Amino acid sequence: MNILVCIKQVPDMESRFKVNGTGDWYDEGDLAYRINEYDEYAIEQAVQLKEQLGNQPEITVLSIGADRVADALKKALAMGADKAVHIQDPDSCKKDPWQIADIIVSFARDKNFDIIFTGMQSQDRGSAQVGVMVGELLDLNCATTLVGFEYQDGAVTAKRELEGGVKSVVKLPLPAVVTCQLGLNVPRYPTLPNIMKAKKKELLGIPASTLLKEQPAATTEKLYPPVKSGGGIVLEGDLGEMADRLLGILKEKTTVMK
Amino acid sequence: MKALLVCEQREGKLLETSYELAAFAERLGAEISLVLVGNESQTPKLDAKLYLADAAKYGEYNPPLHKHLVLEAILRENPDYIIFTHSSYGWDLAPRVAAALRVGQVSEVVNIIDGKFEVSLCNGKLRRTVAPKAGRAVLTVQAGAFNFAGTPSGTPQVDRLEIAQDSSPVTFVGYEPAEKKDVDLGRAEIIVSAGRGVGKKENVAVIAELAKAFGGELGASRPVVDAGWVSHSHQVGTTGQTVSPKLYVACGISGAIQHLAGMKKSDFIVAINKDKDAPIGEAADVMVVADILQLAPVLVEKLRAA
Ligand SMILES: Cc1cc2nc3c(=O)[nH]c(=O)nc-3n(C[C@H](O)[C@H](O)[C@H](O)COP(=O)(O)OP(=O)(O)OC[C@H]3O[C@@H](n4cnc5c(N)ncnc54)[C@H](O)[C@@H]3O)c2cc1C
Ligand SMILES: Nc1ncnc2c1ncn2[C@@H]1O[C@H](COP(=O)(O)O)[C@@H](O)[C@H]1O
Repeated sequence: MNILVCIKQVPDMESRFKVNGTGDWYDEGDLAYRINEYDEYAIEQAVQLKEQLGNQPEITVLSIGADRVADALKKALAMGADKAVHIQDPDSCKKDPWQIADIIVSFARDKNFDIIFTGMQSQDRGSAQVGVMVGELLDLNCATTLVGFEYQDGAVTAKRELEGGVKSVVKLPLPAVVTCQLGLNVPRYPTLPNIMKAKKKELLGIPASTLLKEQPAATTEKLYPPVKSGGGIVLEGDLGEMADRLLGILKEKTTVMK
Repeated sequence: MKALLVCEQREGKLLETSYELAAFAERLGAEISLVLVGNESQTPKLDAKLYLADAAKYGEYNPPLHKHLVLEAILRENPDYIIFTHSSYGWDLAPRVAAALRVGQVSEVVNIIDGKFEVSLCNGKLRRTVAPKAGRAVLTVQAGAFNFAGTPSGTPQVDRLEIAQDSSPVTFVGYEPAEKKDVDLGRAEIIVSAGRGVGKKENVAVIAELAKAFGGELGASRPVVDAGWVSHSHQVGTTGQTVSPKLYVACGISGAIQHLAGMKKSDFIVAINKDKDAPIGEAADVMVVADILQLAPVLVEKLRAA
């Protein structure tokens, strides 16, 4: 079995974001990056599937982005992926989901992947498009928003999460794409020996320009911080004073504090 | 300008978000038509043409078939925009339709500004406007962002939608109901919720203690539930419970849209967060910039002394 996992590197969402000079993205300097949270579940599920099948499958992990994404790929290798493909693109933030999907499809088309794992969405862009588009363009079965995954006899039984805690169970034969939701599994921490082992695994670089064929289907016009509605009171400073002020406000403005 | 609105039924019932699509289309100034895979007794009460495909034949969940049905409606209607709710149905189906048409998709639209679509990114810390390339485009609209004014009372003009194919490799096995609740947050007057910012399982007790001192119930954001620190019945948000207590205290919660959707109707909202820029601040009446683990014990003591 041949497995592909697509991962994106995203900024830590607790960062302070600044708009860049051209006003169409955030400034990428000074940010700490990590693996998109949803994609960590994708890596873990792929590794669990490999283990279930007696370690026979090979897992390729792929990421499109600047040099820094090598760190994300190395972590995925340390979690149990077998080889990594870095599709080099210093400007990947300018590509829309349609182009990102196109790049992945160009890479994957002749490789006969049986199953492709992606995240349900990327934390920065949140478009929830790339995985499904890859499935569509490669004509693979696809299920999104997985909170449960079982594999048996060439088919995946997927538990999809719907609104309000309701789930739906669907069965799809391979080859397939599945997009992973938060809580699908418990992503492992790479152990030191596995980090050392990962250093010997293959990390192949391919320039994105050799794979990309499509023009963008949607472009970012302008990026900006949300307009503050500004109604709220902000309390800062000494703990005791903040606590007193908060309780004072609650006594005045709510009916629940007797 | 024409918009095709993709309406949604769940377990045979029309979802109210279908009307939000109509509200959005009105903002867009588009003439609407509707498409629904469902049953006849639960059609949207809107004065528009409705392409109705029978869920008994095509299944309530069968993305390959639903895609072909929507494409068939597009062929007949020739719309400029194909619009879905950004729901577990919409985000699953929309990219399939966009890819099949080879057109752009803008996901989770929250506003229309000068003809461009505004979306949020980085967990609500930034916004951007997106322009799909000229011609047709697929949009998904954030649930709750556009309100339908009044009570819908129109009558759709039904046009049956059929395609030759009636099965696909994907099979729907069934629904699984939400887990049984061991707390009823819906009735609570005060809810104090723990987010990932509490750091570890043991610290949830600190927030539970605070909830008790306030005389309220303990709520939680999703990561706290996913990590197994508390049961799902405590989860507030789109995939948990929707609550509107008199007082909601969010402790170490960043304020992702899926969490906000579950608590923004609360009468009074307090956020305690060490990040002054956390998006929860936008929804909060009071934002306390503090380490929750340090502030909580101080609050508990003062509440007990009062
Ligand atoms: C389809 C879908 C459905 C979802 N449904 C839900 C849902 O029902 N409910 C839900 O909650 N989420 C839901 N989510 C997840 C949601 O997108 C967010 O990932 C989640 O709400 C984040 O939880 P959080 O705020 O606790 O964690 P984070 O976003 O990680 O935020 C933690 C916050 O704690 C602060 N912090 C850290 N340390 C401290 C400290 N010591 N003191 C004070 N503050 C501190 C940080 O500044 C940060 O703001 C859903 C996502 C998807 C895609
Ligand atoms: N630059 C990228 N490199 C590799 N995979 C990506 C990239 N961008 C998005 N993906 C994959 O597509 C999923 C959905 O992303 P998005 O459509 O941007 O929300 C992510 O969770 C990743 O699995």
